[in-house]
Amino acid sequence: MALYNYTIKQVENMLHKKEISAEELANLSFEQIRAVDGDVKAFLTLNEENVKAKAKKLDEEKTYGKKLAAIPGAIKDNIVTKGIRTTCASQMLANFDDPLYDATVTEKLANEDSLMIGKLNMDEFAMGSSTETSSFQKTYNPWNLDHVPGGSSGGSAAAVAAGEVMFSLGTDTGGSIRQPAAFCGIVGMKPTYGLVSRFGLVAFAPSLDQIGPLTRTVEDNARVLEVIAGHDANDSTSSKNAIPSYVDALVEDVKGLKIAVPKQFLSEGVSEEVKESVKNALQMYELLGATWEEVSLPHLPYADAAYYLIANGEASSSLARFDGVRFGNRSDNATDMIDMFKQSRTEGFGEEVKRRILMGTTVLSGRDNFNEAYFRKAQKVRTLIANDFKAAFEQYDVIIGPTTPTPAFKFGEKIDDPLTMYTSDILTVPVNLAGLPALSVPNGYTEAGLPLGLQIIGKHFDEQTIYRAAYAYEKATNHHKKRPNFGGASE
Amino acid sequence: MATISKEDIIRTADLARLVLTDEEAQMYSEQLSEILTFTEKINEINTDDVTPTTNGNQITNVLRKDKPVQWEKQDEALENAPEHEDNQFKVPAIMD
Repeated sequence: MALYNYTIKQVENMLHKKEISAEELANLSFEQIRAVDGDVKAFLTLNEENVKAKAKKLDEEKTYGKKLAAIPGAIKDNIVTKGIRTTCASQMLANFDDPLYDATVTEKLANEDSLMIGKLNMDEFAMGSSTETSSFQKTYNPWNLDHVPGGSSGGSAAAVAAGEVMFSLGTDTGGSIRQPAAFCGIVGMKPTYGLVSRFGLVAFAPSLDQIGPLTRTVEDNARVLEVIAGHDANDSTSSKNAIPSYVDALVEDVKGLKIAVPKQFLSEGVSEEVKESVKNALQMYELLGATWEEVSLPHLPYADAAYYLIANGEASSSLARFDGVRFGNRSDNATDMIDMFKQSRTEGFGEEVKRRILMGTTVLSGRDNFNEAYFRKAQKVRTLIANDFKAAFEQYDVIIGPTTPTPAFKFGEKIDDPLTMYTSDILTVPVNLAGLPALSVPNGYTEAGLPLGLQIIGKHFDEQTIYRAAYAYEKATNHHKKRPNFGGASE
Repeated sequence: MATISKEDIIRTADLARLVLTDEEAQMYSEQLSEILTFTEKINEINTDDVTPTTNGNQITNVLRKDKPVQWEKQDEALENAPEHEDNQFKVPAIMD
């Protein structure tokens, strides 16, 4: 049996009918990992002993009553897991074997009895768009091993696409859930800022970071979001809104749905194949009874610039805690305390992380009015971008466009030129700046067989409309039924 | 045109508690000059009357009751310390 071919609901039914056990589900996951992860390399750490113990307990109780009972899932390695090594894919935390507490999302998944299969590879400290900056290993796109899985949640996307787990958690600061989901042909949701607690997420840019689910289907995604969303007293940026049922929002009806398509999302940077895929999607939506219109969000071309100034400024502050004093790498070569800070950080951080810390420190600095000219100015541009979206949402229900300008690129194609890597995020970063929810749903394949994603952006806290739009589209197409030509279980 | 010189980089690195080789400082100087020049396109926009966005959402001033809580996790808090002594994190002297 291949986990890839089943939805969470189907497995739930099988558990209740005693057609499968938690132990068997755990074994299916680990067997698939043994079969394919030598090539995909999605996992940094496996949690086999604990999972087998939990599965045994669930099989003894036999009720499988919780929302994710016995469902194999995995977590991006910048989210802390008690008793389990958490590295952020960095040498700074290579030996951080026990964070001593669980992130709120880790706890919520455990309370719903899911099986936490292991920790997933990522770009170091979530800084990257290809998972190439991981200090441990690259992760390979299951659709074509010469291509990146995307980043920074590359491991999260690849593990689901390769049928190793049924869901994963990723994080998204500038597109790091949506872009890998698009590159790997799966569904990825970045919730509204504040919907999911960030307690236990190692911060990159605190005003932008959000945790979200990656799954093969829209329904599975809604199920996982229902579990991880909700107010947390430990996260003062978390929203007190009541959490609706996202699963109940999944109706196959988009009649009258008003879609806006920003012309800035279909500009020169976007490949012809991608533009064609979006046109096809809009035609399908029309057939389903929705309407769409082109709009202009005039400040979108400035989003990438504003994003990197803000994100890197915040990152230089977030990473200041890594100084070798209380946890993480401490250098053996230091002469005095300040030298210890310097050596520990220099040893622990990779090149991309150092580049972003240097840039962030530079644009926050008081000399020559840099702080005002760069960081502050970017924060003002952020307001204008948020206002563009607000204006559009006064007349439309969702905003649709491509998730990425191209399909998954090859290893080495962008990693040597930071600016080329940064400008591949143009379609996703505006969403984080505005704090809006957005999802990527499979949208066909290129001629070369690489997946494409359609991005659906919603109003604040309106994940339900996004899910409804995505669900109707998924049911009307069969993109999600295709699987990578891959090893391991096939039935 | 943003020019971040090698000397700028070395000074910034020191503030950020990073040590760079000469080649690294040169590389970052070139890269940051290029990246910052790119970001300067935001100067095309007039932001005179615009309030900066500093948070991810509108939530501010989240309060809780000022109640003292018994906290007995000192041992746990020290568990990941590279070095500790007398219930304190131990670090090299500030200067010799």
